[in-house]
Parts: sequence; structure tokens; C-alpha cells
Amino acid sequence: MAHGAGGKASRRLVDGLFAPLLFDSGQPALGDRLSDAARVTVGGAPVAITTDSFVVTPLVFPGGSIGELAVNGTVNDLAVGGARPVALVTTFVLEAGLPTDTLAAEVRAMGRAAREAGVAIVGGDTKVVEHGKVDRLYITTTGIGQPLAGVSLSARLVCPGDQIILSGPIGDHGITILLARGELDLEADLGSDTRSVFPMVEALVTAAGPSVRWMRDPTRGGVATSLNELALDSGLGVHLFEESIPVRDEVRGACELLGLDPLHIANEGQFLAVVTAEQASRALDAIRAAGGAGAVIIGEVRDEPAGAVLVATRYGGTRIVDMLVGDPLPRIC
Amino acid sequence: MKYVDEFRDSDLIGRACDEIRRLAEPGRHYRLMEVCGGHTHAIYRFGLKDVLPENIELIHGPGCPVCVLPMGRIDDGLALARDPNVIFAAFGDMMRVPGAQGSPLEHKARGLDVRIVYSPSDALKLARTNPDRHVMFFAIGFETTAPSTALTLMRARAEGIRNFSVFCNHVTIIPAIRAILDSPDMRLDGFLGPGHVSTVIGCRPYEWIAATEHKPIVVSGFEPVDMLQSIVMLLRQLREGRSVVENQYTRVVPWEGNRAALRALAEVFELRPYFEWRGLGFISQSALQLRDAYAAWDAERVFRVPGVRVTDPKAAQCGEVLKGVLKPHQCKLFGRECTPEHPVGALMVSSEGSCAAYYNYEHRKTAASLRVLTPA
Repeated sequence: MAHGAGGKASRRLVDGLFAPLLFDSGQPALGDRLSDAARVTVGGAPVAITTDSFVVTPLVFPGGSIGELAVNGTVNDLAVGGARPVALVTTFVLEAGLPTDTLAAEVRAMGRAAREAGVAIVGGDTKVVEHGKVDRLYITTTGIGQPLAGVSLSARLVCPGDQIILSGPIGDHGITILLARGELDLEADLGSDTRSVFPMVEALVTAAGPSVRWMRDPTRGGVATSLNELALDSGLGVHLFEESIPVRDEVRGACELLGLDPLHIANEGQFLAVVTAEQASRALDAIRAAGGAGAVIIGEVRDEPAGAVLVATRYGGTRIVDMLVGDPLPRIC
Repeated sequence: MKYVDEFRDSDLIGRACDEIRRLAEPGRHYRLMEVCGGHTHAIYRFGLKDVLPENIELIHGPGCPVCVLPMGRIDDGLALARDPNVIFAAFGDMMRVPGAQGSPLEHKARGLDVRIVYSPSDALKLARTNPDRHVMFFAIGFETTAPSTALTLMRARAEGIRNFSVFCNHVTIIPAIRAILDSPDMRLDGFLGPGHVSTVIGCRPYEWIAATEHKPIVVSGFEPVDMLQSIVMLLRQLREGRSVVENQYTRVVPWEGNRAALRALAEVFELRPYFEWRGLGFISQSALQLRDAYAAWDAERVFRVPGVRVTDPKAAQCGEVLKGVLKPHQCKLFGRECTPEHPVGALMVSSEGSCAAYYNYEHRKTAASLRVLTPA
């Protein structure tokens, strides 16, 4: 299970099994080893391509449902890969006996999310499997996008001194799902943050162009896992200022109760960007004006500690924040 | 956020640190043990070592219930869960703890019915909703969690729910502290007493530490301001040559403890003659078992328990780390064979174990990265 949780084991699965067996050079053709979208050339034109599968319990939760996640998740992978999302194809795997109403509601949710994100759903496939072989409904979406001009993204371009921007408060999605499962007898006025981040990405790239060096949407494994990947891929250290990291009280409260770190909790509508120090405030203004009102600089890149993420408190305490190991499990005793 | 932010306030933390520097005599080295795994976790989580003077050394104590549980007990519990009629229920804390044949999560992946519950009463609820199955709750924890297990068993007995049992691994903190103090290679100046255990047992059970061992002990909360204030209180005692029990965590810990919880413990549990602790060995009268009146809900009597004993790998120096003789990174296996993903020793398995806390939060810090930071 840990291999699908987005943390260390997921990375090992890709680095250790998929990449050597599937990629000609043992590495993805272009871009970073583990970026969110790949680049291919079709008839001389560059195209970004990515795919993602969506499995979530419950199917519907405050702020969204699996259908919206399936659209926004793939749209966001294209966006943080520096591409304008153009079209999606989708695959449904359905459990025999799934009520038609449930499916219809999710298809409507996908249509709505696609219209909002300005992306076309142009095809799909459906499989039905025996009752009990899947949990109601799995959705896969594959998207293509048009790379934005004037920006080149890679962890290898990141330099000491670059600033780390986060588009808004973290942990909303993961904590919403945890509470929506109803096992905790906790209630909070909280919804998933699922949305397309492309408008913010486009505004950022328009404002800061080549000064944008790296982007990622911190989904499973949270901000900590994305930034650990940045640290590993760049060979540099990531410094975060704990006081600057926006976390809603509802999310903080749930995390305090359950012994979880908001930095490890999934997001579905935020993104991280590394921007040169000179352009950072311009970049921030652009993101804020395009839907990221809560965008802030949460830290910066330094030489040390190479390959790791360090969080500093205002009073001078520090800690290393690692990638998530497996799924976040609550601590009780 | 209320009740959290005020205990992480930079000004208060700065003032407490100033007071610690004023009280700590130059040239004297202070070895203070935080008993509780929650304290160990907080020390690393909040980076408290970075703000303390170098001559204050915090030694990590035995108060992590997951860490001190011998591997054989996990194997025993999972062996019972191989019965397809059994639902194995435990806290999330237990799920990644390895037995000799893998952790509960790995057993779940192989098809065993393993469920995460958030309280023993959730496990009892599972028994009510699955009347054809048997729900076995794998109970762990010190006196902090034992009362909720006791109350759940009282409820099960009152309602006559017979498809529910408890595999009891509850341990008690005082014998572990005594074992630490009896250890010949142990030199300690004082204790940060366990906060949550003390909400149940109160402060009196520690009086012998002050009276006969002449060590000051301050029952402490878990926020940065709590722990730094507790260190101030310990240093004051040491400076004045006193050794008494003091309570810093008064907002939660009553001096006499929680009588209702203690009554429930006495009703349901009795002391085991002896129990094995990972890293510390067998300690007499250090753990709880169900009284005869609750035999019908005692998994160790309802089922035939294999009684597995697994010795920790020789190279793992958990005992030395657990007693504070070695720092986590001084163990030969630390960060190489033994990591949070593949723990060999006990202290790497729980995020409250000192090795896991050190691994997660500390060991890749470098001197160059520790220049004091301020937000841009």
C-alpha cells in the first residue's frame, strides 16, 4: 500500500522498477526524472502528456467528489509541468451493481470541472468488473497540454537564494477526506481545495517567465514530499519558515489531535513554485491576483542541508522534514 | 489556535531560555531524562535542542509504549488474527510496527482483517456491528490509555458482548523508571515526568524518586513553553539542592490523579508477575493483565497464544539508547540497516521512539544549515 501513498516507497517504485524497464535511457526522455508531466514532440511541436488514476473513499466529500478530482488532478499535473491543459481522455472502471445515479453524478461533475478548467474531454473507455473486485468506481484521466512559451522548469535550474512560493493554505483536501470517512467522530467546517491551478500558473509564468524554475502540485505526501523531491533532484537544501506556512485552524486542530504534520497532508488545489529572489514579489502578486489570494513565500533554497528540507521556527528551533513513509497514520497512545 | 499558540509563543520561549542560561552553572553538565515518548517527539519536532545551552543534555526515556513492546507480542497478536473469523483492531500507532513476519499493515495486505481504531470503544462498536465475527483489540499504552480499555471491558461485560476480547499489552511507568535508575551506567540529574500518564496516576507515585533517589522530577506538558518551564523548575531545584516532585502541567494534571480512571483500572486489571520490555528485559510487576472476572474477554485466555519470543538483533543497541547511555546516532545500525521504513530496533518503529524522532527531525542537519533563520 505504501508504494501508492506518494512518499518514499512510491519514489522507489518509479526509480527502481518503472524507469529502468520502461524508459529507453532508464530515465524519462526530457525534463526531470519525476516531474508531473512528460514532454514529447509530435510533428515538430512539443506536447506535454500525463496520466493519473483516482481512487478515493468516500466518492463524494465536502468541496468535491472523485469526478472533479479526476479532471483537476490531471489538469494540475499539466499546469505545474508548464503546459496549458488542452484535452483529456478518461477510463472508468466500475464495480458491477454501481447505481447509475452515482455514475451520472460523477460524469456531470467531470463535465463541470472540465468546463471550469477550460479543457475538453474528448474520449474514454469503460470497464465493468465483478462485484467486490474494485471499490465502486475508479477513474483514470490522461491529458495533453501545450507547453507555455518562455519558461523552462527543472530542479537542476534551481539555485541557492531562490524563493519558494506556496499558493495557499495546505492540508484542506487530506483532512477533509479523513473527516468525511466518519471514523473519527470529528467535525469541522472544511472542504477539499480541489480546483484547477492553471490560472495561477499562467499568471505566474506571464509575470515572471524564465525566473520560474520549478513547479509542483503537492498532492499525496503533501508539501514535505514535493519539497524533498526538489531537494534531492537539485542537490540543494530547502529552508522553510514555519510561521509563514498557511494552515487553517481546522486543519491544524485535526493534525494536533491526530499527531499528523500538515506538511504531509494531501492538497488538490495548491501548487509550489521556485522563483528567483529578484522576481519573487512580482510572482507573488501575479498568483494572488489570479485566485491565489493566500499565496506566500514559505522559504528559500540554500546550499545546506544538501538533499533535505529544514523547517525553522521563529524562536530558533529547527527540524528536518522528511518525505512521508507510507500513509499518514494517527498517533493515539 | 487557542491552547496551542500561547504555549509556542516566541517571547515566552525566549524568556524561558534566558532563565535556563542564567540558572545553568557554567562548567556543570546537566543530564535530564524526559520519560515520555511524547516529550522526545516534541523536543525534535520543535527543535528545542537548538535553543538550549550545550551543557543541558536531554536523555530520552522509556515512555514510548510501542517501542518497549517486544516483537514476540506482536507476532502472538497477529497469530490469533490468522483465524478468518477474527478482526484484529489496533491504534494507528501499531500498524507499521514489525513482527518477525511483518507488521499489522503487511498482514492486512496479505488478507488478514486488520482495522485501525481510534479508541477501544470503536473496537467494541465493531463487535456490535459484526456479531458473527470476533473482534480482538490489541491494547497498548501506559496508564494513559489503559483506563479507556478498562471502561470498554466494563461495558462489554455489562452488555454481555461475547464476541470481543482484549490482547492486553498495557504497561506501567513506575517500574520502568526504577529499572532505569537501577542501571549501573546511569547518571541522571533529574526527570521531566510524564504528562499524560500523570493525568491518571497523579504526582504521588513519583515521590520515591525525589525522596530516596534524591532526583528532582517535574511533571511536564508537551508544548515548547511547557518543557522549557519544566527545565527551569528542575534547574532551580538542582541549584538549591532540593529534590521534590513538582507539577508544571497543572492545567491538565491533578496532584491526586483521576480517581474514576484509577477505580476502573483497579476493577478490570491486576499486575502481571513480570513482563518483557524491549530493550530493558523482564521487569517484575510492570504490566497489567485482566482479572479473572474478565477472563471471558481476555484474548490470552480465549485463544491459545503461541507465546512467541523473538530476540532483537545483537547489533541493535536499543537497550543502551533506551537507558540514555548511547545517543540514537551512536548505535551501529542507525540510519543504515535501521531506518523508519525498515526498523530493526524498537526505538525506530514509532515516531515517538527516540531513534525515529532523531532520524526524522535531526540527523541531516548540518552546522551550516543552522544559522538562525528569520522569515523573509
